[in-house]
Amino acid sequence: MEISLADLLAGVTATAAPLLLAALGETVTEKAGVINLSLDGTILLGAMTGFAVAATSGSLAAGFLAAAATGLAVAAVLSLIGTWLGQSQVAVGFTLTLLCRDLAYFLGSPHARQPGPQLLASPLPLLSRIPLLGPALFNQSLLVYLSIAAIPATWFFLYRTRHGLVLRAVGENPAACWARGIRPRLVQTTATLAGGALVGLAGAGYSLALKPGWGRPQGCEGIGWIALALVIFGGWHPLRVALGAYLFGFLQISTILLQDLFPALPTQVFQVAPFPIMIFTLILIHAGRNARGRKQRFLLRLFRGRPPAALGTTYRQD
Amino acid sequence: MIELADIHKRFGRVEALAGVSMRIRAGSVHGIVGENGAGKSTLMKILTGFISRSSGTIRYNGRPVQLRTPRDAARLGIGMLYQEPLDFPHLTVLDNFMIAAPEHDPGRLRQQLVRLADRFGFDLAPDSAVERLTVGERQQLELLRLIHRRCKVLILDEPTTGISQRQQEILFAALRALRDEGRAILLVSHKLAEVRSLCDRVTVLRGGRAVADQERPLDEDLLLRAMFGSLPRRQRAVRARDRGRPILAMDHVVSAEGRSGLHDVTLSIAEKEVVGLAGLDGSGQAVFLRIAGGLLRPDSGSVRFPGCETTAGAGGGDRQTVFLPADRLREGLIAGLSIREHLLLAGDAPFFLAPSTGRARAEKTIADYNIIGRPSTPADGLSGGNQQRLLLSLVPEPARLILLENPTRGLDVRSGAWMWRFLHQRMRDDGAIVFASPDLEEIMTQATRIMVFFNGRIILDAPTDQTEIRTVSRAITGRVPEDAGLPAA
Repeated sequence: MEISLADLLAGVTATAAPLLLAALGETVTEKAGVINLSLDGTILLGAMTGFAVAATSGSLAAGFLAAAATGLAVAAVLSLIGTWLGQSQVAVGFTLTLLCRDLAYFLGSPHARQPGPQLLASPLPLLSRIPLLGPALFNQSLLVYLSIAAIPATWFFLYRTRHGLVLRAVGENPAACWARGIRPRLVQTTATLAGGALVGLAGAGYSLALKPGWGRPQGCEGIGWIALALVIFGGWHPLRVALGAYLFGFLQISTILLQDLFPALPTQVFQVAPFPIMIFTLILIHAGRNARGRKQRFLLRLFRGRPPAALGTTYRQD
Repeated sequence: MIELADIHKRFGRVEALAGVSMRIRAGSVHGIVGENGAGKSTLMKILTGFISRSSGTIRYNGRPVQLRTPRDAARLGIGMLYQEPLDFPHLTVLDNFMIAAPEHDPGRLRQQLVRLADRFGFDLAPDSAVERLTVGERQQLELLRLIHRRCKVLILDEPTTGISQRQQEILFAALRALRDEGRAILLVSHKLAEVRSLCDRVTVLRGGRAVADQERPLDEDLLLRAMFGSLPRRQRAVRARDRGRPILAMDHVVSAEGRSGLHDVTLSIAEKEVVGLAGLDGSGQAVFLRIAGGLLRPDSGSVRFPGCETTAGAGGGDRQTVFLPADRLREGLIAGLSIREHLLLAGDAPFFLAPSTGRARAEKTIADYNIIGRPSTPADGLSGGNQQRLLLSLVPEPARLILLENPTRGLDVRSGAWMWRFLHQRMRDDGAIVFASPDLEEIMTQATRIMVFFNGRIILDAPTDQTEIRTVSRAITGRVPEDAGLPAA
């Protein structure tokens, strides 16, 4: 079987797009010090509402909007209980994951295995003809363009704007922010909602573009956990998180290709393979990083990730 | 400028402030002194909007104001420099300066930061990470930020805690300049010497009331009596004793840790010695104490404990060395555990722990060590002085070498005196104490021997009773007297 490098690259950017949105959304949330563990359930619920709304109304845009709204709503529950009522974000997040998952399959059953719309590629004129990069970056769906644009946009927002600075500051030391006249809980809520909306959008990215349709299993289960892991391994830095997402996309694509080469192996092996391979790859990267000596400190600093100091803690203002 | 009238604050049944009235004038430095628990921090928190008063009125330029949140206070131009800098250690100096700035213009703000720093003689690089700065430098940064935000009332809570003599001088010069510009400065302090040198007016708080109000010139005895009811006696606690056998011997010890590292330290500390370590913040004292305490391994050189069969690097327990860090809650105690649980951890606890296990022992410790708290009080619910007492109660019985870092940090005069009495009593004939302190007076009164650190070297090592405080303060800034015991190397 012949596969061109261009096809491979195009497959990677497309496969990674929803994962990228979810991981970047979670990066923004966690940078403000809130940990949203409901990702996996939110993605499924977003996938379901996105598909259901698009199939019923016939409008893809409505579907994507509904999915983003779903993610926002789930994040709002987390924000209310975690940030405002001071309960454990971890416990609430876990519970929401399970709740959203079951809710998605329960509410989505009428739409299971029904035909629905799919977001198609809208190639950009001229640019899509660039060899190699053209198909990967410019012959894709709008969602993929959005996911690619989100990488520099998230970085710019976090590191080059006033609001990004305030958001990072809240994630480091909410008490000091409060003393400076910033409202930490408001900032955290905004970050949680914005991150949640991106996660919901990621769900629709599966059901309306990458793996169109709704059914059980949907095929995007587990992605939420991967996104959470990517944020950690990516050191809470949007560019590195994006790199991780593409690495995972690459693994998913290559296992599909390998399936053709080893027809004897059960297909489940290939479906599951990217997950352990991803974990091992990330461990290897980290082990390599830690093994180096003291002299390469500068280089290390570039790659060093450190969680926001106040991550997962509840700020109580008295 | 600010007028407080009959301010009350109740926490449950406890009345932290029982009717405080005072007037703070523009263009003056107003000192607020008092024992631990006198109500100073409550009053400051009310002024900065962190907590609301239960009753009473606050007037700002004659107008009654509500200070419900720090935002309200900031809008009026009331800013506070906290004892533990309330900043963002993982961000850069410039980022810290920019957070919550009225406009987001990194280029201009950088210029303004540099210009302000120059004006006050602060040495701050905009791009370095705040976690690499000393407490004094972080304070300077906060001060510049408040000035930049047009802060008209500056509140400082124990600003000289943990900063060096030199940084203190720079800070005081800056405060005087700010006062002369017409700002009001509120200085909360334990240290009468600095209050006397800086303040135009002083209010003494005791038991939640303002019990005395004095204008320059200040009468120290009167203030002390107002603070404590009776005068604590100040006297030289220690006479130089005969040195016994050596306890700790360092030979060409080198370390790259800390800001200055430690360069080629060779010394020996003997039985019956009380050694005070002086020097600018981050000149090597912290590294020295941690190496002596076995928390850090030196890069080269040897650390020996004559009479004990261990080498450097092993934990402190078996060679009877104990280290009490300055940051008690972070390095010394376990925040969420109660007094009873701390004692259980330290002693031989049985396998099954009932709620009553060790309570009797905790009660006894609380009584013996004058700790204000109950066996179930968590460590983070204790005041600084009581945390220090709990730490002291955990010092294992056969401790020969006791290492302390800023032992009186956050303690009022009475708690400090209690601690030193305890330490001197506790010290055995075959034991020694080594402590670092930014307070020269503490070193000169409590120690038998002083060592001055500068840039990772010991540049002065002498008995305290044969050393003048001027020689020491010169050495701290790096100027070595010709007749000092050690070469400057």
